[in-house]
Amino acid sequence: MSFHPLMEYGAGHHQSARVLPEEGPAFAFTAANLAKLEEICTRYPAERRKSAIIAALYLAQGQQGYITLSAMRAVAAAIRCSTAEVEDIVYFYTMFYTRPMGKHIVMVCRTLSCALAGAERVTETLSQELGLTPGETDANREFSLLEVECLGACDRAPVVGVNDDWHECQKPEAAKALIDGLRASGAASLTGCHLKVAGE
Amino acid sequence: MEPILTKYVKQPGGASLDFYMKVGGYEGLRKSLGMTPDQVVDVVKQSGLRGRGGAGFPTGMKWQFVDKKSPKPKYICCNADESEPGTFKDHVLMERNPHLLFEGCLIACHAIGAKVAYIYIRGEFYHVQQVLERELAKARAAGLVGKNIMGTGFDCDIFVHRGAGAYEAGEETALIESLEGKKAQPRLKPPFPAVAGLYDCPTAVNNVETLCNVPFIITEGAEAFAKLGPEKNGGPKLYCISGHVKNPGVYETSMHTTLRELIYDPKFGGGIRGGHQLKCAIPGGSSVPVLLPEQLDIPASFDGVASAGSMLGSAGLIVMDETTCMVWAAQNLLYFYKHESCGKCTPCREGGDWLHKLLVKIERGDGEMRDLDLLLSVANNIAGKTLCAFGDAAATPVLTTIKTFRAEYEAHIREGRCTLPASWRASHPVLAAH
Repeated sequence: MSFHPLMEYGAGHHQSARVLPEEGPAFAFTAANLAKLEEICTRYPAERRKSAIIAALYLAQGQQGYITLSAMRAVAAAIRCSTAEVEDIVYFYTMFYTRPMGKHIVMVCRTLSCALAGAERVTETLSQELGLTPGETDANREFSLLEVECLGACDRAPVVGVNDDWHECQKPEAAKALIDGLRASGAASLTGCHLKVAGE
Repeated sequence: MEPILTKYVKQPGGASLDFYMKVGGYEGLRKSLGMTPDQVVDVVKQSGLRGRGGAGFPTGMKWQFVDKKSPKPKYICCNADESEPGTFKDHVLMERNPHLLFEGCLIACHAIGAKVAYIYIRGEFYHVQQVLERELAKARAAGLVGKNIMGTGFDCDIFVHRGAGAYEAGEETALIESLEGKKAQPRLKPPFPAVAGLYDCPTAVNNVETLCNVPFIITEGAEAFAKLGPEKNGGPKLYCISGHVKNPGVYETSMHTTLRELIYDPKFGGGIRGGHQLKCAIPGGSSVPVLLPEQLDIPASFDGVASAGSMLGSAGLIVMDETTCMVWAAQNLLYFYKHESCGKCTPCREGGDWLHKLLVKIERGDGEMRDLDLLLSVANNIAGKTLCAFGDAAATPVLTTIKTFRAEYEAHIREGRCTLPASWRASHPVLAAH
């Protein structure tokens, strides 16, 4: 039976817009990651293993680069919850990726303080340099370009995050230098966080 | 004022346990463990310490509300999800003075009878988390965290919990939900976290900077803390200055300092970047109303900023010069709120998107005069109609910029383009259409 007499089946009314996660290759946690996860679970009450779900997803993402349905099942088994609960978390939080990403994930902060310092032009020049629009990954999975919200270093605007590292005061005209630096020496070419004091 | 919280942030090795112990570290904890929990709460209440996360709620009262008679365990959750646009003070404290935060957490745990504190840090602060974990391991090895702390029989552990990119996790009940392994969405209050918070147990959620103020209050006394600032606005305060100033950064001073001093004093912001004039400033992170240049001669305190019709919020002072198009600024912020809405309440989830669409339409040059009333109507139907303060925050950039810069919106609509001659956006048609 149709949901409503005026809404026939097959007319598009009943089609879900939900994007199903990719099944992906068979996924199993490495022994080291499972041990790490068990250590993290001890931080929470025994009956509250679900608190470690984000940590488990970080481990899965670290292992495979992105989260597939197969990985979600492995996380659900390790956390002892349903796969649907894991999927909920993956799609809610922005730092989990459900498709393969580049080796360098370049994230330009686009929020006000960075935008006042020209973040839009940083995105534009990086976009031209890489031939990607924000959200895309290049064919050989070297670079992904993303726009992200406030990274919390507004005094060093515009800020660009690359994977787990930072690059501060990125000038729009220096887009090529940033890309070349990453190609040549990876994270070592970035400024890092200015709060780091030499000799620590 | 001599910095207290950030005194050693530029010192090489200043973040290490050895250095912290050399400058009197963990003395506040030692002293507090000789006091009863009620005495600790009383001292903090007397000091008048107000929460540094945004709302400015008295910390001592928050701790007092925690149901100590409950047979359930109690928890301290440290809100280190600093993600309000324009705010970056907790970042400095955690990276350069982590033991001060641990000491504050431990004293807070003692005060409310908790055995565990969780530091919920935003996912993007990976490098900060590394510092916290490294120093936490050292504190644990030195017997300052864990079992039988300082030989007093006090057991308390601290754990760092990493989020994964959700602005909403900065709201206290959403933070608790996220810590429980769910989506970061707020809860209906009451019950407040003090009664049923983390794992349904009595919980106090405190900002990083708030907890960092506690050791000083214990060692130096409530009066010494209160007299650092104006009445009811005591203690040192960190200000984050960003935008079009000469010296953006984090500055620690008393709340006697005025907003004008923060922007123009060479000790702080150092004035507007070369050749430009101040247009307006947002005093407390992106969620609060803008202030005009003539409104800045007020103390940058909770009550001072409130008297001018804005809020101190998270003390993220975003300064904009005359080249800034306010329609563009509002559009930029509404993109943020639309993107970060957790989706729980309809007015915010749907309304944020509508506001953003309308602003893009005006920014693109297709605006109509009636869109202004529609913007106000939608914004007023979000503010105050959601479970958490996010709704008000999302409506504010629209309401405040239309109220203060209505002529600019009208010119934008009439001309079909940005009318600011100096705006670099006006000379970049590609971007203006973005």
